Amino acid sequence: MTAAAPNYELIQQDGLETSLLEVSMGPHHPSTHGVFRMDVKLDGETVVDLKPVFGYLHRNHEKLAESMSYLASMPFTDRLDYFNSMTNNWAYALAAEQLIEIEIPERAEYLRVIMSELTRLVNHVSLVGFFVNDLGALGTPLLYAFREREKILDLFEQASGARMMCNYFRFGGLRCDVPEGWLERTREVVDRFPKFLDEYEKLLCENEIILSRTQGVGNLSKELAISAGITGPMLRASGVNYDIRKVDRYGIYDRFKFRVPFSEGDVGDCYDRFMVRMLEMRESIEILKQALDGIEDGPIMGNAGKVFKPAKAESYGRVEAPKGELGFYLVADGTTQPYRFRVRPPSFINLTVLRDMCIGQQVADAVIILGSIDIVLGEVDR
Amino acid sequence: MTTPNTSPSVELDDTTRAELERAGVIVSKVDFLYNWARGGSVWPLTFGLACCAIEMIASATSRFDISRFGSEVFRPSPRQADLMIVSGTVTKKMAPQVVRIYNQMPEPKWVIAMGACAISGGPFKQGYNVLKGIDRYIPVDVYLPGCPPRPEAVLQSLNYLQEKIRTQDIKSDPAFTEGRRQYPIPEFTGTDLEPPYNPDVWQPPANPNAPAEEEAEEATA
Amino acid sequence: MSEAIPHEAVLQRFPEVEWDEEFGTLIVPSAKATEVAIWLRDDEAFRLDYCSNVTGIDYLDREFKEKVKNEEGKTETIIHKDPARMEVVYHLYSMEKRTGPLVMKQRTTREKPEAQSLTPVWRSCELQEREIYDLFGINFTEHPDQRRILMWDEFEGHPMRKDYVEPFDYEWEPTPHDEILEKHQKGKVIF
Repeated sequence: MTAAAPNYELIQQDGLETSLLEVSMGPHHPSTHGVFRMDVKLDGETVVDLKPVFGYLHRNHEKLAESMSYLASMPFTDRLDYFNSMTNNWAYALAAEQLIEIEIPERAEYLRVIMSELTRLVNHVSLVGFFVNDLGALGTPLLYAFREREKILDLFEQASGARMMCNYFRFGGLRCDVPEGWLERTREVVDRFPKFLDEYEKLLCENEIILSRTQGVGNLSKELAISAGITGPMLRASGVNYDIRKVDRYGIYDRFKFRVPFSEGDVGDCYDRFMVRMLEMRESIEILKQALDGIEDGPIMGNAGKVFKPAKAESYGRVEAPKGELGFYLVADGTTQPYRFRVRPPSFINLTVLRDMCIGQQVADAVIILGSIDIVLGEVDR
Repeated sequence: MTTPNTSPSVELDDTTRAELERAGVIVSKVDFLYNWARGGSVWPLTFGLACCAIEMIASATSRFDISRFGSEVFRPSPRQADLMIVSGTVTKKMAPQVVRIYNQMPEPKWVIAMGACAISGGPFKQGYNVLKGIDRYIPVDVYLPGCPPRPEAVLQSLNYLQEKIRTQDIKSDPAFTEGRRQYPIPEFTGTDLEPPYNPDVWQPPANPNAPAEEEAEEATA
Repeated sequence: MSEAIPHEAVLQRFPEVEWDEEFGTLIVPSAKATEVAIWLRDDEAFRLDYCSNVTGIDYLDREFKEKVKNEEGKTETIIHKDPARMEVVYHLYSMEKRTGPLVMKQRTTREKPEAQSLTPVWRSCELQEREIYDLFGINFTEHPDQRRILMWDEFEGHPMRKDYVEPFDYEWEPTPHDEILEKHQKGKVIF
């Protein structure tokens, strides 16, 4: 039975007794990926206690969504995890489509897969950039990552009109079709991506500094990961083979052949989490290639109206977002507005184990552990 | 080099200056040189609040490259920075920290309110925890609309700021005459921040259609 | 979609547990919540080792009108009453068996909202239950660290409750949408 967070005794080295130093890291701290705060208790360099403090970006997403129609919340979902607006849209569309029965056209299903896999590439490549940035490699890897990110953002912009806040999905399909020549341009980007990955892997994966800073740091056991509801690459790095694309087979993911990378051991460290993401990008490229081969012309929108009144019901739709399981829980009460609108944010729940992973580590490692969890504050605080 | 401002104490017309420049002599005011140098090396604070922060980072990367305008030195410490880009939604919980960071920055300092949220609360304006614009607590120099603004827009706002810096008069500008500007830090109460805005910096707009105060009193009487 | 989980076994094992036909959820009394949760987690047939989503719902006293045709062909209006209550919802999945979800609810009153914390069973409830305490004001007994999480400590009230009134801070501002706003207040435009 997994108990609540245990208490830790003061670490004493060589009989030297020192008083604890309390450091408040954040909310304005370059390593906290936004406005996150950690209250850290230090014994010398060692972390004895850590309290995460949330709420500095609590934008009342849920309350606002309960006061507007279903479709009006779609642009707000973009701003949850602002790296991955496409997967956020999809999760919300899935939840709402369970309330109203709509057929989704074939082409829309393919485009949804293409968009969300491109999003996964954007997220993982930037995350790796930020993660290495946290390790102290300021600049180069992040610039490499953002160079590739820009190429994919251009594709998003051509399709939806916006770089980051795409607002592209609709209940029953997509807002508009992709422009002419878009699929060819996407294929070009996808075909060139492995070459970049080769370069990136050569630069980072066997880098001695990265190995020594990340291996054995921030260990997370399989049991704790499952109990704490960890999802996404972080869960798979701890040795659990659980990918919602495979489990739920939402959309048309059952048509694609791809592997789910996960760690072999029972314990995952920062390096595992880093590597799982690197490998996942390769699999995303495989899915993208198959989807680009399979896509055919056709309509992109079902017959759903813009305003609708679902009957009294509740639904929970979840997708494998790049950060983990992103779910939307909707309670409909027969009006045009959801009675309860709840976001199940992956990075918020992944932070449950931050304290457990950081205790006993160096303070500089706490920064890396936070970086390897991959949080986005828009989603943590909502 | 553009033509510097002429001031009443130096009587030098443009033709004379042009002649002197041809002869290899540049005549200028200290203000001009000083502002030119400061405008060309604005150091922003590494300060990301929300979505806009990502576009701010993107403007520093190789494609857009903010260093072409001399501002690539992002400093994590407010003591070393002179430009604060408020990039994203300022919540009520975060507002005191933003003011505190602003107070810590040395003069001369500038603020760009980046994105709809920082300007007015943006799409989240109706939220119970969202501040309706950071200009309620600190003075803003450039408002940069967008949700989020493109990196090119960040560069443009920097250009506007540089133009503004070039017109600063060292003798009279409060940044140089009054020492470090510090504003009171709002405090948490049971429901809201106290005070809800700093009246020295911002006043709510007056409704032109509202009945004048005397009329309203008469109506109630 | 992954397989749905048959719920009949739970009802047989725990006669106190009810089944809500309308939403398809288990209603568990708070006193039994921990016991049921541990059983669901450890029982071989269920193995619900992963608690995904925990959230609260606040129901005010409401009435629903439904128009039904009776035997004579006339339409009648039936009024359904929805009593005021608060609910804590748990979405349970099994990572081992790849099944789910099974939805479990704890019901409580609006006057004295109290529920049993399931953090000792699933760690994933820890932060989410703190969030429910913060935004809905539901007290979780045996929660290891129940504090406000999103709002500041001095904050009064629970903003996600349906009857929460925000402090009055109206300011006039110039807007090009005045006419539309007027129409919206009359119910002619839906945002």
